Formats: sequence, C-alpha cells, structure tokens
Amino acid sequence: METLACIKRVADTGAEIVLTEDKQSVDASAVGYTMGPHEECAIEEAVQVVEEEGGTSTVLSLGPEDVEDQIYEGIGRGADEGIIMETDGEEWGPESTATAIADGVEERDFDLLFFGNESGDNANYQVGIRVAHQLDLPVVTGIKDFDVDGDTAIAKRDVPGGSEVFEVDTPAVITVKEGLNTPRYPSMRSRMQAKKQELEVLDPKDTEDRLQMQELETPEAEDSEAEVLGEGPEAVDNAVEVLEEMEVL
Amino acid sequence: MVLTLIEHGDGEIAETSLEMLTLARDLADQVDEDVSAAMFGGEELAAGLGEYGVDTAYVCGGDLSESYAPEARADALGILMDDLDSAAVIGGGTDTANEVLAHLSAKRDLAMAANTLEVDTDGETCEITRQRWGGSLLEHATMEGETKVFSAPDHELPIEPVGDGEAAVETITPDVDEASFEVAIDRVEEADIEGVPLPEARIVIGGGRGVGGEEDFEQLEELADQFDGATVGATRIAVDEGWVSHDAQIGQTGQKIAPDLYIAAGLSGAVQHWVGAKGSENVLAINTDPEAAIMYKGDYAIVGDLHEVVPELTDAIEAATD
Ligand SMILES: Cc1cc2nc3c(=O)[nH]c(=O)nc-3n(C[C@H](O)[C@H](O)[C@H](O)COP(=O)(O)OP(=O)(O)OC[C@H]3O[C@@H](n4cnc5c(N)ncnc54)[C@H](O)[C@@H]3O)c2cc1C
Ligand SMILES: Nc1ncnc2c1ncn2[C@@H]1O[C@H](COP(=O)(O)O)[C@@H](O)[C@H]1O
Repeated sequence: METLACIKRVADTGAEIVLTEDKQSVDASAVGYTMGPHEECAIEEAVQVVEEEGGTSTVLSLGPEDVEDQIYEGIGRGADEGIIMETDGEEWGPESTATAIADGVEERDFDLLFFGNESGDNANYQVGIRVAHQLDLPVVTGIKDFDVDGDTAIAKRDVPGGSEVFEVDTPAVITVKEGLNTPRYPSMRSRMQAKKQELEVLDPKDTEDRLQMQELETPEAEDSEAEVLGEGPEAVDNAVEVLEEMEVL
Repeated sequence: MVLTLIEHGDGEIAETSLEMLTLARDLADQVDEDVSAAMFGGEELAAGLGEYGVDTAYVCGGDLSESYAPEARADALGILMDDLDSAAVIGGGTDTANEVLAHLSAKRDLAMAANTLEVDTDGETCEITRQRWGGSLLEHATMEGETKVFSAPDHELPIEPVGDGEAAVETITPDVDEASFEVAIDRVEEADIEGVPLPEARIVIGGGRGVGGEEDFEQLEELADQFDGATVGATRIAVDEGWVSHDAQIGQTGQKIAPDLYIAAGLSGAVQHWVGAKGSENVLAINTDPEAAIMYKGDYAIVGDLHEVVPELTDAIEAATD
C-alpha cells in the first residue's frame, strides 16, 4: 500500500504565545517548530500500515524551506520518503493549501492519505476534506482507531459511550486525532540517517484564498497571581480550609 | 437568509448550536435578513428554536436523519442554501458541524472559517475574528465570496433567548444524490467507561511531567478517591511518557474540563493544556517552581514537591471528612 501523511509545522509554544512585531505570525525564534499531535499520529499510522501491508510511506509538508526539519522528523519516525512543497514563507490559507496538495499528489496513486483532523495552530477543519473532494476520494474524519482489510479501510471515531464505525473503500482520505496510536519517538540514529535522505521538492501554485488573515492578536490574559497557601506539606492545612470554603469536600 | 445547521441529541438542542445562534442572529441583523435552521431529525424540538431567533426550521427526515452521512447532509444544506438564497451558512463548534460544513464548502467552492467569534459585514466582505490555538490566539481576517461558511467555537459565545415565540416548522425531503450516502456510519460500538468521564467530573486531579511515572500517578488516584465524582487527568507529556492513557489528556488535542475544582500537580500550564482546563471554577496548583505559568493562571498554589504534598493532602482531607 502507498500511504501519505500530510503535516504542517507549528510553533512549539509553551507557556505563552509571542507574536512577531508585524503581528503576522507567531514568533518561534525562541521556541522552534514542531508538528501537531494529530499529525504525529497520521505519520505513525502511515508507517504502521506499510509495515503490515508492504509498500511505501511518504511524508508531505507545504511550507518554507525549513519545514524540511519536520519532514526529516517524519522520516526519522519511520516514513520512507519525503515531499516538500516549498513556499516563500507567507502563510497559506486552507483553500490554497488544499488545492496545492491535491494537485501535487493527484498523479501518485496513494491508497491512503492521512491528515490531521485539524491543524494545531489554525484549526481550519477543512484541508483534508477539500483534498478528498478535489481527488474525488471518500473521506472519514476524526479517526481514533484504524484498520485495513484488503481494499477496505475500517475507521472508528469516538462518541460519548462508544465509537462510530465507518467502512470505506481505498483509496481514501483519513483525518485522524491524537490517541489513534502511540507515535514512536525517533532515535538519535534514525534522526541522523533521515537527514541524509533526498527530499522531493515541488513548487506549489499559490491560488487566492478568500479567507485572508489580516492580523493576529493575543487575547487579554486574565492572569493574576495565585494565592500561595504555603510551601511543602505544611501548606495542606490551609489547603483543606480553602477546599472547605469551596464546598468541594 | 442566514442558514444555520442545528444539532441535537438526547431530546435537546445542542448547547453549541444555541451558542452559534447568537452569532447567526448578529449577522442576520447586520444584513437585515432572517435566521433559518436546518435540522436532521428532532422535529419536536424545531418550533422551540423561535426562542433563539429562528424564523423557520426545516427538518429533514428519512435516511438523512437516521444515518449519519456527512456528505449527504452537506448536499441537503446546499439545496436549502440555494432555495433560500443564503448569504451565510453557520454551524456550531462540533466536529460533526465542521465536517458537514467543510464538505459543503469543498463541493460548492465556498470559503469557510471555523471557530469564528465575530463577523462584521457591509453585505459583501466580512471582517471576522476567529480563534486559533484553541483560543489562545485571535485572528482578524477578511472573507470574500457570495455565500460564506462559518462555524462558531465551542463554549465561547453566550446562549441568549430572545423570546420570538415559535419557529415555523417545515418538513422537507431534499433530493440528495445517492452517491453522497456512500460514506455513512456502518455501526456503533459501545465502550465500557470506568469512572466519571473527564468533562463531567466535579473534581479533576491533573498530573504532568512532574509526576514522574506510572506508579506515581497512583498518588493522584488516592487523592481523587477522597472526593465524590473526581477523576484523574493529565498533560500530553504524561500521556506521551505512557504513564496514563490518552483518554485522560486535558487540552487542545485532549478533552475540555469544567469542574468545581482542578488540582494541577506537576504541570507547567502550557497554553495547549490550559485551553482545556480554563473552564475550571477553582484551580489549585502544586508545583516546585513558584514561577511556573500555572501559578499565574490558578487561584491557589502550594509551592513544593507533589510527592510530598499530595499524600499529605490526601491524609488531611481524609481526616477532615471523617
Ligand atoms: C499543537 C499542540 C497541541 C497540544 N495539545 C496539548 C494538549 O491537549 N494537552 C496538553 O497537556 N499538552 C498539549 N500540548 C503540549 C504542551 O505544549 C506542553 O508541552 C505540555 O502541556 C507540557 O506538559 P507538562 O506541564 O506536564 O510538562 P512541563 O511543561 O515540562 O512541566 C512540568 C512541570 O512540573 C513541575 N514539576 C517538576 N517536578 C515536580 C515535582 N516533583 N513536584 C511538583 N512540580 C514538579 C515543573 O516545575 C514544571 O512546571 C500540545 C502541543 C502542541 C504543539
Ligand atoms: N501546510 C500544510 N502542509 C501539509 N499538510 C497540511 C498543511 N496545512 C494543513 N495540512 C493538513 O491538513 C490538516 C487539517 O488542517 P486544517 O484544515 O488547517 O485544520 C492538518 O492536520 C494537516 O494534516
């Protein structure tokens, strides 16, 4: 089986999000980049399917030149090949991203195309579904359990009290959520090896997005310092008092 | 017309749909149009939508409501959208609404903005504010196109009854292409759930990297045992380490909690975690680092090693409640 995982790089922010001076993007200079958790699972699933069924797994990302780091990360996690769709660094919206990805993979006959259910930063909830329509493939979303049986993909998603099961013929687009699998962590050696691999470079065509970001804003934080009840185990009496006041005991 | 996708379950309109109607009414007012609703099943609930400003509710029955075929539902919405000459189609902040709307947008070549909080329009271009990063960041954007598609975020907008009486209810059978039913739920499997699900828990004890291991999580379980309706949650790092299962993860790619009390132990309070926990009424942080972000987000804090504090707290609560 030929599998594809599409991943997007996002800033690896922790305690707070810092914007660039022009408010056009998140300033990642201090924190670096990573990929969203759903997409780590997309890669892992693309790799596992190939381990079981044979074939090739490919990781694809659209973004500026240095998204190669995230693609190498995917190869380090077991993917066989990498495709970079190189942009000039400006943010692409969901319509142009989907069009470019669909155009780029159209001729390649992937059997399973894995996406995240939503991207970690922008959460547009649509790139995978748009690609599916452009390629005229069935699509299931929010998948947390996945199996292949011959030409059928069996995909489940969580609902309160259980799961909904979909069965679709491959080729198909599958958008996944974290929890689908436990992504393997690349070893030092596989990381080093990955960087030696030649990536395929594609030049995506930028089409106009009708949704155009103008400016980002960090919302007013309601942060205020917590009341310190004390240090170490001595603080527990104060804590019990506070919990009693809250009427949670 | 502003067309809304209304979801329901357990005999009630979904809260997220009612929240979304607040956005839909505001947009309809700006363009001087009515709000209509599309529903799949739930006819008995349809008239009640008038209370939230819906003028007419169109209810689709049959296969469209009995099974869940996202593309078929998108087609039905598309047919209504054409018939009503809709300026906008809006859904609530659920995976299913986003999925159906994305199908509609893809098939009809429309622009879609998920997690939209505000829309300002002159009738053509829309200026919108939407959430990114689970709400930790706002995006101001413009949107073009004849019909625009939006979803509202989950649990951000207020539910506002406006008392417009009953909505007119029309049962319809849109002529949806058979092929659009190809992807549909095949079956539903039930799962055994142990304990109180995180979103419903009254008390949540959350653990992060500072907990240090699978066994150490038992200290948090023992603390949870002191309360009724308490559940243990975790950060992504604790899940990644394999100390707890992903079901326990709180945050942007985990679950959202809204307990009376969240005890956050050995976790830093990263934005992606906090977006899942910010609905907590009270937060007590336990952390060795007095400068950890959680110390500025929580209400109360104990500075110290959770391995010493948590067992002591468990004993003290046990003594106090005896
Ligand atoms: C797109 C995206 C989505 C994400 N989604 C989620 C999500 O859904 N949920 C989530 O949680 N994270 C998510 N993350 C990860 C998130 O960014 C953080 O990495 C994570 O929340 C940090 O976990 P932590 O607080 O356990 O670890 P750390 O940030 O390492 O914090 C550990 C804390 O424990 C304290 N500590 C250490 N030892 C002790 C001790 N003995 N006693 C008391 N305190 C101690 C330390 O002072 C520190 O504050 C996401 C990231 C991305 C990029
Ligand atoms: N620039 C990109 N490069 C590769 N894949 C992407 C890109 N943007 C989005 N995707 C994929 O599409 C999914 C959904 O994105 P979104 O519609 O933005 O929520 C993501 O989880 C990725 O799998």
